[in-house]
Amino acid sequence: MDFGPHLFLALLEGTVTAFVLAVTALGLSLVFGVMRVVNVAHGEFYMLGAVLAWWLTTLLAGYPAIGFLVALVIAPLIVGAVALTADWLILRRIDYQPESTIVATIGMLYIIQQLVLTFYGPDARPVEPPFYFRVSFPWFGYSGYKLIVAGASALLLLGVWLAMARTRLGLYMRATQQNQEMAQAFGVPVRRIYATVFALGAMLAAAAGVLVVPIQQAHYLMGLDPLLLSFIVVIVGGLGSLRGTVVAAFVIGISDGVISVFFSPTLAKIIATLFVAMVLVYRPSGLFGQPQEET
Amino acid sequence: MSGGGKGGRIAALHLAVIAVLFAAQFLLPAYHHGNVARIMVLTSFAVGYNVLLGYTGLLSLGHAMFFAAGLYGAGLPLYYFEIGALQAFGLGLLASLALALCFGLVALRASGIAFLIVTLMFAQAFFLATLYFNEITLGDQGFVLSEQARTVTLGGVSFSFADPVVKYNAALLLFACCMLGCLALVRSPIGRVLVAIRENEPRTRMLGYNTYVYKLIALVVSGVMAGAAGAGYALLFAYVGSTFATIQYSIYALLWTLLGGVGTVLGPFVGTGLMFYLIDIAGDFTTSYLLVVGVVLLVLILWYPKGLLGSLRARWLPWLP
Amino acid sequence: MAAVTLLETTAVAKRFGGLAAVDHVDFSLNQGEIRAIIGPNGAGKTTLVSLISGRLRPTSGRISFAGEDITRLKSYQRVGRGIVYTFQVTSIFRSLSCYENVALAAQRSLGGGLFGAEPAIAERVETALRHVNLDDRHELAAGELPYGHQRLLEVAMGLALDPKLLILDEPTQGLAPGEIASFCELIRHIASRATILLIEHNMPVVLELASRITVMDRGKIIAEGAPDEIEGNPEVQRAYLGTSHAEA
Repeated sequence: MDFGPHLFLALLEGTVTAFVLAVTALGLSLVFGVMRVVNVAHGEFYMLGAVLAWWLTTLLAGYPAIGFLVALVIAPLIVGAVALTADWLILRRIDYQPESTIVATIGMLYIIQQLVLTFYGPDARPVEPPFYFRVSFPWFGYSGYKLIVAGASALLLLGVWLAMARTRLGLYMRATQQNQEMAQAFGVPVRRIYATVFALGAMLAAAAGVLVVPIQQAHYLMGLDPLLLSFIVVIVGGLGSLRGTVVAAFVIGISDGVISVFFSPTLAKIIATLFVAMVLVYRPSGLFGQPQEET
Repeated sequence: MSGGGKGGRIAALHLAVIAVLFAAQFLLPAYHHGNVARIMVLTSFAVGYNVLLGYTGLLSLGHAMFFAAGLYGAGLPLYYFEIGALQAFGLGLLASLALALCFGLVALRASGIAFLIVTLMFAQAFFLATLYFNEITLGDQGFVLSEQARTVTLGGVSFSFADPVVKYNAALLLFACCMLGCLALVRSPIGRVLVAIRENEPRTRMLGYNTYVYKLIALVVSGVMAGAAGAGYALLFAYVGSTFATIQYSIYALLWTLLGGVGTVLGPFVGTGLMFYLIDIAGDFTTSYLLVVGVVLLVLILWYPKGLLGSLRARWLPWLP
Repeated sequence: MAAVTLLETTAVAKRFGGLAAVDHVDFSLNQGEIRAIIGPNGAGKTTLVSLISGRLRPTSGRISFAGEDITRLKSYQRVGRGIVYTFQVTSIFRSLSCYENVALAAQRSLGGGLFGAEPAIAERVETALRHVNLDDRHELAAGELPYGHQRLLEVAMGLALDPKLLILDEPTQGLAPGEIASFCELIRHIASRATILLIEHNMPVVLELASRITVMDRGKIIAEGAPDEIEGNPEVQRAYLGTSHAEA
């Protein structure tokens, strides 16, 4: 294949990656923006979504399309419930303190991961895509499902944006993000908002996991890469800035896709991680976030 | 720090621990012999980590890179060139010193969560680099150092680190140096400032201290101890591989320190030993033995944030450093 | 005998976004005086002393101390020059003992390194704690002191640094009347060795201690002079009793 079509393929791949990454990272960004905590177990919610999707589609084995739709709805709900439980049992008890939350979510990461290992096993298992068609470009055929993934992700992003901008929940979330004490004084049920946001973040990650599982396979360790990439996206985009997260997801997703196709994926990751570290050192609020006042 | 009598008690306790460990080698069965040696080396890693977390208050999720710097810094020259084991150890120390210094000069401009994520990112980049330069490092498959490479000749007598007795005592020596070094540091004026930084950094600056320099000192000491543990590990246990550079090992350092008691000198030893055996035993029952790690972390953070020795100190032994 | 200028700010300003918290202020202190800065809330008093102590970087202007331009110096470096600041909201090491709190300050000015001068430190801590009447509380955790005593502990820390200029930000807040009296004595005693800059809302204390008073309002100095000049100054009265800045 010539360079031009090769680049086009890389861009397509990158775009699909970017969409899924945007949804995943958005979950992390919401949690950090509103609750001011880092959820290290975020990747495990993604993985849970994928594994639950496998389980549900296997249950409804005869009907791939229906099975997948059921998974797309049910899996995030289950993961949301898990997140709510974790918030109630753990995060609330430690009062959402930043460093304690990090350690606690590391603990959650191990527990979720190892429980999945116990019940699901160490294998990677494929899931049938609900539709199987190829889109024919002049130079190559491309999986139609991947384009659907991009579309579905776009819908999810749009949904979140609308919810944030137009609903009361969104208003409460934005208020709590701006100034938690003030929001509380105005009667915003902050504790409940925290629980809701945590569940919402987990559900977004799970949804991304479900969408992705027909492309990759469901494996108990699959949450670690998305976690790191989401970190990178959220930081580069600006901790707490949702628009920044989405923009950064595209920048990173597409450049990761392009570098991976033309060079080595490992090199791409090295560059990305070092880049993000330098961004944090010199602009702690990320590229889009608000600069902090000096202490 | 404000009493002379206390100092005697403290020194006695720590020397006693070393003495007991020395005596133990004659009493332990072979299986535990090797385990305790490994625990002592890994404890040195945790002691280094504790200098940064427990005494300076800086949480890092990237310490595996310092351990790995020592590991590869000693292991690679030994594998590819003809050099002595002690020189290799020195190179490992140098490598971790250089890394800690460069990293500190850049990363300490960030603070709090930002610093934490920077440590994570740097460590991840380091790990990925060990994979990328696969031809040299042999990636996560790793390589094994020959017994011949791990032999030291002093005054005509050759000591092989493969020999259990030499291994144990070398591990004990490493542990003793790190532990006593940590003790000296925390009871010194520098240690006092580090604790102040942990408690209230703005106040410490307004007392006239350049907190950046002190944090850098803590980071370098911490990194070099971790590197010493890594270099020691290569020499004593022969295997060098990328696994030691993964986040897993950074989390281990946090886990061992938290369990034993952040901000206590002996805490890391208790935590490392306990966790080692917990995982060992769990591994006999299930492949998902890392579940223990998750459970312990949660239990600690919810109910025992001070860890074992930390809780002991709060309740009964306020003089424990 | 001519007065020696210890501290001088030239057109120093600090903006936060659109707000000029300190608006091109020329301020100077003579060696050995006790100067009080007063003014309604939001006048810029704490901002001004934060600029002097180095906690904030000025947007523009110059600050010089003992003849040296210190505008570029960081806060910890200014402490080394002899400028000591005690926080408006008490900032001590709550879980450390009173001894340790003051020892940290003493250690800084006595030097140390890896093998410090512990006996010299102990002596200085002793002296400082005695001056604030806290010398019987060595081992007590600082956070367990009543609030007023925590403020005194902070003054002790300031003393142990052997300051040339001691800046006190609302030091009597939270003190009982008897404690305020002994505090004034303490200040007079310190003033024999150091210059004092005091932000205070407690007018009797100001009138008793200050040799000169500076009045600030909305980021500017509106009056400066001896206590009796200030008392009768109509501008000062207007600033305090005026429309938007009335004292609660």
